[in-house]
Amino acid sequence: MDNTVLQLEKVNKIYGTVVKTQALFDLDLEFERGSFNAIIGQSGSGKSTLLNIIGALDNPTSGKVVIDGIDITKKNQKELSTIRNKTIGFIFQFHYLLPEFTAYENVLMPYWMNNMNPPNEIIDKANYLMEKMGLKDVKDKPSTNISGGQQQRTAIARSLINNPPIVLADEPTGNLDSENTQTVYYLLREINKEFKTTFILVTHDQRVAQMADRIIELKDGKIKMDVNNFIEV
Amino acid sequence: MRLALKIAWRFLKESRGQSLLIISAITIGVSVQIFIGLLIQGLQLNLVDQTIGNASQITVRSTRDDDVIVSPQTMIEKIKETEYANEITSIFPVSETPGIVRLEKRDFSSFIRGFDFDEANKVYEFAQNIVEGEMPKETNEVIIGTDMAKELSLKVGDEISVVIPPVVIFPKTVKISGIFKLGLGTANRSWIISDIKTVQNLTNKPNTSSSIEMQIQEPFEADVIASGIQNALKGEEIKILNWKIENEDLLSALDGQSISSIMIQIFVIISVSLAIASVLAISVVQKSKQLGILKAMGIKNSMAGQIFIYEGLILGVFGAILGTILGVGLIWMFTTFAVNPDGTPVVPVYVNYGFILLSMGIAVASAVISATIPGRRSAKLSPIEVIRNG
Ligand SMILES: Nc1ncnc2c1ncn2[C@@H]1O[C@H](COP(=O)(O)OP(=O)(O)O)[C@@H](O)[C@H]1O
Ligand SMILES: [Mg+2]
Repeated sequence: MDNTVLQLEKVNKIYGTVVKTQALFDLDLEFERGSFNAIIGQSGSGKSTLLNIIGALDNPTSGKVVIDGIDITKKNQKELSTIRNKTIGFIFQFHYLLPEFTAYENVLMPYWMNNMNPPNEIIDKANYLMEKMGLKDVKDKPSTNISGGQQQRTAIARSLINNPPIVLADEPTGNLDSENTQTVYYLLREINKEFKTTFILVTHDQRVAQMADRIIELKDGKIKMDVNNFIEV
Repeated sequence: MRLALKIAWRFLKESRGQSLLIISAITIGVSVQIFIGLLIQGLQLNLVDQTIGNASQITVRSTRDDDVIVSPQTMIEKIKETEYANEITSIFPVSETPGIVRLEKRDFSSFIRGFDFDEANKVYEFAQNIVEGEMPKETNEVIIGTDMAKELSLKVGDEISVVIPPVVIFPKTVKISGIFKLGLGTANRSWIISDIKTVQNLTNKPNTSSSIEMQIQEPFEADVIASGIQNALKGEEIKILNWKIENEDLLSALDGQSISSIMIQIFVIISVSLAIASVLAISVVQKSKQLGILKAMGIKNSMAGQIFIYEGLILGVFGAILGTILGVGLIWMFTTFAVNPDGTPVVPVYVNYGFILLSMGIAVASAVISATIPGRRSAKLSPIEVIRNG
């Protein structure tokens, strides 16, 4: 099996038509299957732009984004929905749960988009993930009635329910205290090992970056540093 | 349950106040539509019923010089053999003649009408409207109206002399067996009613009739049926008249009412649709965060659009049901409390289920159609805007 799960070729992103802001400059990147990657950089360096493009939420102005051999920049709206649903799990800084549904229902939502009657296997998986995230007791509460940390862990469980090969996380702990931050990263790392899921996460937290296999630093839309990290924490 | 429907339901539940607001708008719209619709239909039916409920709707007359239908029973059989037989609810021959009631001091013009009571009672309801005495049992017995009885100081049991033109010298005698009071003023004042045999004897025209009268299932089809029968009986010495020709004014008044009723309903539908479209449009903005999340998780644009279509459907169905309950309730109150001194409703309303179902259907359909506008906006919404702006 090809060991590259994701490949970026000459990716450019220019915002605006009148006043143009170039956020990414000719980015070339490859990500290894099952790796745990951290993207760091100052605010405005293009981290979110990069993640949104990888996540098929935004189009690059030019360049290719190839996931499992498929160039997603050539896909139509409907195909992009399928990619967002099946190939990519997204964890946002603001956990973004649906307030109209319980924590458990939020976790199942990506699966429901394909099938409203999940088989036992999926129900077991949802329960397993929630238990692992320490959400057993708040499972059936409305998603707005649980703490910030619990909401973020629900969002993590949700990003994993469809077993995507790639999970993207944009400052997933930005809103959490340091204890919760530790827990969340610990859990992500465990999932990465258990499911061989490729993680790409944006962080400004030095300690978190240290836990990754690889650290990529962006500066003004270009790669400033790209190092493999062999120190296991 | 489909996911779009489930999400629609949760969205509506979450913004309960807004949902109830739209439902009340639809409820009021539908109830006004049903109330006014049923009321106008009731008025129209009432008006038509008063005009032709107790009268001939199709009348067959002779075109012969002597103005008689020679063998009315044979003619009735022929009519019953046409394809229109099933439309006819009653059919009977009538013999009639002008007659002068000769009293000691004065003469009084009257119109003597002889019926086959078995059939004619269904139309004219003589038997139900006898206020004194009884229906004629024997030949030469007649009943007269209350107004005539009062005017001429006649009572049950009296015998009266009548002169039948053109033979004015030999008056004939008939006996009053009862006094009636019909809804029709002229009848109460100038009709003398008897069995058909009595009139045939008075006029010396046995086995004939002056006309054949009919009532039909669908009175508004009278013109079509009349000309249909006329065509089927080509060659007979008859002409066929129908009530619509003689009541053109009434018919155009009814048309005017129907048009204003349709106008009211169109305006109700437009205002309800606008209410739904605008509130749901606001809802798309309010729920844009959720829609962005759903899209980031991979919901298809078509399904995102369906959410609002389902919202329209749910709101429409609830509004239509509540509106029907309210509308029918208002009609019930109207017929129960707006009554004549004798307790009958001022406007007797007939509950037209077809019309109610149609009103409900229109409400639901316009709710769904107006939801397609916010639905399209929801489908178009791009997830990145929401994700970027938090
Ligand atoms: N929608 C947008 N329109 C215009 N400029 C944008 C937009 N989004 C981001 N940018 C610009 O692109 C650059 C990179 O932004 P971003 O990817 O959000 O950086 P980071 O996530 O590293 O803070 C910044 O200069 C930012 O101002
Ligand atoms: Mg950012």
